[in-house]
Amino acid sequence: MATYDGLFNMLGLRSWCDAGASEGPMSMAQLLAKTGNSTPESSFSFAFPSLDELNKACGQISQTRDVVKGLENGFLSIRPTLRTVLDPITQPLSWMLDGTLYLFMTAPWFLIMAGILLAVWFATRSLPVLIFNAFCLSFFAFVDHFEPAMQTFAVILVCTVISALFGIPIGIAMSKYNRLQKAIIPVLDLLQTLPTFVYLIPLIFLFPIGESRLYGIAIILYAIVPVIRLTDLGVRLVDKDVVEAGNAFGMSPRQKLTKVELPLALPNIMAGLNQTIMMSLAMVVIASMVTAPGLGVLVLRGIRNLELGVGLMAGVCIVLLAVMLDRTSKAALSRIDRTKNEL
Amino acid sequence: MTQTTKVSLRGLYKIFGNDDKSALANVKAGMGKEELLASHKHVLGLQDINVEMQAGEITVVMGLSGSGKSTLIRHLNRLIEPTDGEILVDGVDVMNLSTTDLRFMRQNKMSMVFQKFALLPHRTVLQNAAMALDIKGRPTEEQEQEAKIWLARVGLGGFENHYPAQLSGGMQQRVGIARALTSNSDIMLMDEAFSALDPLIRTDMQDLLLELQIELKKTIIFITHDLDEALKLADHLVILKDGAVVQQGEPQGILMNPTDPYIEDFVSDINRARVLRVRSVMQPLSEGQFAGDVQANDNLESLIAASGGDTALRYRVLDDSSKPVGTLDMRDLVKALVPRISSSEAGTRYH
Repeated sequence: MATYDGLFNMLGLRSWCDAGASEGPMSMAQLLAKTGNSTPESSFSFAFPSLDELNKACGQISQTRDVVKGLENGFLSIRPTLRTVLDPITQPLSWMLDGTLYLFMTAPWFLIMAGILLAVWFATRSLPVLIFNAFCLSFFAFVDHFEPAMQTFAVILVCTVISALFGIPIGIAMSKYNRLQKAIIPVLDLLQTLPTFVYLIPLIFLFPIGESRLYGIAIILYAIVPVIRLTDLGVRLVDKDVVEAGNAFGMSPRQKLTKVELPLALPNIMAGLNQTIMMSLAMVVIASMVTAPGLGVLVLRGIRNLELGVGLMAGVCIVLLAVMLDRTSKAALSRIDRTKNEL
Repeated sequence: MTQTTKVSLRGLYKIFGNDDKSALANVKAGMGKEELLASHKHVLGLQDINVEMQAGEITVVMGLSGSGKSTLIRHLNRLIEPTDGEILVDGVDVMNLSTTDLRFMRQNKMSMVFQKFALLPHRTVLQNAAMALDIKGRPTEEQEQEAKIWLARVGLGGFENHYPAQLSGGMQQRVGIARALTSNSDIMLMDEAFSALDPLIRTDMQDLLLELQIELKKTIIFITHDLDEALKLADHLVILKDGAVVQQGEPQGILMNPTDPYIEDFVSDINRARVLRVRSVMQPLSEGQFAGDVQANDNLESLIAASGGDTALRYRVLDDSSKPVGTLDMRDLVKALVPRISSSEAGTRYH
């Protein structure tokens, strides 16, 4: 006798319930009950009306495992359609990731170092930052971690560029249309709160393991949020008086955007990019579980095989890479601020 | 001097709120500001504004904060949409302009100077001054050439490559004025342009504006809450209170004949000797002994200094072309210095 029999009897649904009763496969609990070894239910036990519990009383209600199965089947049934849509759209991402990785793997180390340091100098014009970058790069090479470090760096580079490419326009559109902002903010909240492992699951089913877009999409989805948020915020925070001046002198909406709003929002947008870089670094380590190359693979090996040293060394390199990226992007940001407010 | 009306406002109403049209009917039926706010939750910004602004004159709109003066000036280039009424610029109703035409008008007919300067912080002084031409898409050389001329004219030669944040408030507002002048528009809207500046700089800027005006003859609409500033600059003075015009006219006339207790209260505090001019207190030309000649546009202060305080003297008044136009008795002058109500009386009546 199940706890909720009385409920269905009272509602007059008994006949409906029994009509649907079928001899489905038994759950583990039922099997255990059959053996007769289960502890007798105390008279005080009052189970929560969960799906399994209700199923005992009424065969029409499906068990939780059926719902889980249904979710899986539902997902699998839309998979082919999703793939025909997503495959061509995301294909360039694979090419970009593979191409950049190939470039970083085949170019000689001194060219890569020189290239990075040159870019750092042009972005920051700061000698301390340049020296720190040189130190980090040399350290990676010195402990023979240059290759995985550069793989990680290449993935971050591609993902950040794509995040900026999509995130900044989305942020601008959000700042212009309140309704769009209302619609997108819950999505951003969802992306930020979803545990990172959870969105690896549908991606694994959607894309063949081994294709680089699999981890590329995971990283971008996770890292694009701050640049969208801060672009939206930045454009909204632009001094109303200056925008009004633009209007008063007859600027077109496009001129207002390029001559007033974006330049004035730039510090905020750069702060968003800095966050995006840091979040893609965090994600690229986790994404090593779905074949993302780089330092994350070594960390994973450290965990899986209990190779403490390997994991720690990779960890140190990740920290250095993080500090390097953070300092460089912050220095670039403060350079923008400086040209505006220097006294 | 023949006058042509450059800008005229006819029956202008502005009500802030979601259902301004139905609130408008109530206001036209005679509902006041407080009542409208209490019963309809709508704010009455402007009511029944009728002002004619003459070409080549400085029209000053004066009122305390909340009187609707900043709202009024933003109607002229439609930064704020009116609830009802007509805004005619050169005879064209601005309300009928399409978005493109409106933008064209803002680019070519009107320029604006702001209380908080509203310069672009990431552009140099030169680029800021050239902004209007940049918007119109003129070639860079032309932009810079024009901007340099006007920067030099407002006394900022040599600061072209500075950024706004490197300049003091007064200098930033000079850039604001240069920016407005570079646009080469007939109409200049100045929204409390000098209110954020300290008193000495403010006087400098007022003098600069008057000096430029003699040469350029722009149609200037100037918003201020400072009566001294209003009287110094105005050819035509409009006084606003709670969104309605209380009195408008020639400033000397308002000063001598305030029609409203609110304005009497206002004018009771100012230095009349400095603001009133000989032409406002002189009598028709008559024969007799004159202690000397004075200009009709001299202020009374200079005359008191010239007479050495002797109230028995009479002066002959000459106009700009040195033609005698009247006589001034020092006794009339002294009488004119006393407002109809004193500031202390005004204080007890209104506070």
